[in-house]
Amino acid sequence: MKYVYFPGCKIPAWLPAYDRATRGIFKALGIDLVDSEFNCCGYPVRHQHLEASLLSSARVLALADQIGAPLMTPCQCCYGNLRHAQYWLGENRVLRRRVNAILRKENLRWKPGIRVRHLLQVLKEDLGLAAVATAVVHPQKDIRVAAHYGCHALRPANIVGFDDPQAPTIFEDLIAVTGATAVDWPLRLNCCGAPLWEKNRVISTRLMQKKIEDADQAGADMICTACTYCQHQFDQVRLETLPHAPPIPAVLYPQLLGLALGIAPAGLGMNENRIQWTPTEGGTP
Amino acid sequence: MIFTISLYLALGICVAGILFRTQRWVTLRIGPETDTLTVGARITAATGQTIRALVSRRVFKLIGIFITDVLLQLNILHQSFWRWIMHICLFYGMILLILMHALDDPLTRTFFPDYESTLNPFLWLRDLFGLMVLAGAGIAMIRRVAGHRLRQMTRAMDTFTLFFIGMVIVSGMMLEAVQIVSEPIFNEMVDEYLDEDDEEILAPLRAYWASQYGVVFENPVDTDDPAVLAEGYETHDEYCISCHSRPVSAFMSYPVARFIRPVARRFNRIRMDTWLWYIHFLSAFAALAWLPFGKFFHLIATPVNLLICGSRTTDTVSPAQLANRRALGLDACTHCGICSLHCKVAPIQLLIDNITILPSEKLAGFARHVRHRHGSEAEAALLAEGSFICTDCGRCTEVCPSGIDLKDIWQASKQDLRRQGFTEAHHWIMKKPAHEWAHLASERSVASGPSFKKTFPAIHLTDRPETFRGCIQCTICTTVCPVVEAADDPARELDLTPQQIMNLLRLQMADDALGARMVWNCVTCYMCQEHCPQGVRVADVLYELRNIAYRRFYPDTVHHLDSQSISHRPKEEAPEAAP
Repeated sequence: MKYVYFPGCKIPAWLPAYDRATRGIFKALGIDLVDSEFNCCGYPVRHQHLEASLLSSARVLALADQIGAPLMTPCQCCYGNLRHAQYWLGENRVLRRRVNAILRKENLRWKPGIRVRHLLQVLKEDLGLAAVATAVVHPQKDIRVAAHYGCHALRPANIVGFDDPQAPTIFEDLIAVTGATAVDWPLRLNCCGAPLWEKNRVISTRLMQKKIEDADQAGADMICTACTYCQHQFDQVRLETLPHAPPIPAVLYPQLLGLALGIAPAGLGMNENRIQWTPTEGGTP
Repeated sequence: MIFTISLYLALGICVAGILFRTQRWVTLRIGPETDTLTVGARITAATGQTIRALVSRRVFKLIGIFITDVLLQLNILHQSFWRWIMHICLFYGMILLILMHALDDPLTRTFFPDYESTLNPFLWLRDLFGLMVLAGAGIAMIRRVAGHRLRQMTRAMDTFTLFFIGMVIVSGMMLEAVQIVSEPIFNEMVDEYLDEDDEEILAPLRAYWASQYGVVFENPVDTDDPAVLAEGYETHDEYCISCHSRPVSAFMSYPVARFIRPVARRFNRIRMDTWLWYIHFLSAFAALAWLPFGKFFHLIATPVNLLICGSRTTDTVSPAQLANRRALGLDACTHCGICSLHCKVAPIQLLIDNITILPSEKLAGFARHVRHRHGSEAEAALLAEGSFICTDCGRCTEVCPSGIDLKDIWQASKQDLRRQGFTEAHHWIMKKPAHEWAHLASERSVASGPSFKKTFPAIHLTDRPETFRGCIQCTICTTVCPVVEAADDPARELDLTPQQIMNLLRLQMADDALGARMVWNCVTCYMCQEHCPQGVRVADVLYELRNIAYRRFYPDTVHHLDSQSISHRPKEEAPEAAP
């Protein structure tokens, strides 16, 4: 199996642990990642200029298409924006013409058909839970995990095609594979607050706090994320703004899976998480 | 006389200019951390850092960087082979010409007592170095003309720099060519070294020089008689040969000399060599005087920056050192454009017509902004837009061959712009209540607002009745909205709820929603859109409202700018029908 790896803007510079953990589990699972130079997916500029945002995504998709493998991103915001671009480019003839007229100057062309996958989809749907399960050597028993879905991969379902938007199971299934227990928590599908962080810190913090308290009430040992922005919000931002909130650490899904696959915590960038998770006995590799 | 005066004048301007520019490295303030630093503290930090580096083991690291990045310029080679060839040609061609040719009396003659500018290998080397510079300038020009992206970034400064270099080199080659064919110079040399009036000696010498050295004499010289040439050679051998290699070694100028033979006599009569000599040395001195004020200054600032930033160690940088680095970074930029070629948000610039989205242009714009605080507000507003579109990915810093810590400069510059009132859209929109924006929008849409389809040729939802036709005002969108839930008093904190916004749009009152805080506080979680039983694209509509407000009100980011003053805003295109 081979994927074009699209880490987006933030992972290399601000969350290298996500990059390390993703590469770690993919190597352990025998999936190849092809690196290439990409531009931004356009997610941040969508507030100002939808078409510029879709053009950015279209360029990423066209570049990946040239490499000739499906694209995989660990970031749910990148995933969402790339999927929006695919949707609008497929639907809207005027947009398609305008975007391809610009891309043509670089000998690029957006074509429908290139597969965009999120990290979790690759593991559950492309590789399969059974294949992941056979690679697990250190089941993370006795860990209660709150799976944080992340909005931009999940909704709107008719565009992103990730899972059932009202009752998704992909994340819980993947947590179960590691040997850990996925807790049921009412706010699992809600926003982490990250999109408003630079804009309205009061509301952003309230959203985050509610989720943390909800996860705590559900008895979770950790919040598990699969998105650059969500992880940043629940880890670094939380530490700075909500020092008195329940001390639930945020762990990236490939870090959790990596431990189960027998990868050393340092190889998964666990030491870079600002709120350290101290595994209980049985959870350590 | 003119030579000496202009030389000292140029040197004076150059030294004063260098002092002026280097003092900025310890006086310019970039970023809030630098507010309280005194110049004294910054000078102390700079000298302390220099001394510590020179007396510690770090000096070996510095030598290493000097060899790899300054002398071999491997940092450029990593980017592109042709770029490296270009820069190596320009750099070494220029440096060697300065050392061997411009400084021949104080330098070359010291190391090579037999030095004569007309003797090989110097004669040949001078042309070789000149060719290197021309080749470098040629590659630079071709790259900037042929590469679409580089062409877009090329400014007058880049063109002017290449023109300056070309002027010095071409005038030098022309001068040498004209000197080769010059009879007056031949006569002067004869007067000085032979002191002979005897035509029987001079005529063969002329014949020999006309045949072997390309001198063109006013009266035709017979160069066909081998006996006469042999006789000329005897004199030549006695008086001339020790200082003169055959000009054919000057492989660039000699062909030029051959080419101008038909007009050589006229050139000799008007002493073209003197004119070209003036042009050559005056243009060279002008370049010297201009060095601190233009692109040439990177010759000083970039190596300094490479050494300081390249020796970056894990130990923390003090605020004073950081302040100095940022100021130096502005000068160390060579405007090579590599950062912009790799910039991850560069494609956005293809649709939002703001060149400061590209890091190389943003840095230049910011440098202007900090140096003259009175720069126009429209320019600063554009700079702010470019700055806030940046995603802080750090790619520019990774690829910068001058070693500038751009990521750090962007963070500081964004904070400075915010402090001066140039903020992100979310913040300036919040400064006015929704009804004021609505009022402004209603004025605009009648008077100057571009038509909707023209602004959004491809996707436009809010002007299409079918977008809202399904809305039955069931309030599910409001009920599921986490922002509404998080607000203590939605009416006060958010102005409108999502369902109220949809209602306004149904009533074609979009203007009233543009400045609503609900629109600007949307977390884009798509709960509303996902849950809408009627399939209304609520979140997409909120996105579009922000797009519209941004386009309409952008000029108002800074007080009340005349929208015409930044008319080169988003590209307007002919309307096309949406499917």
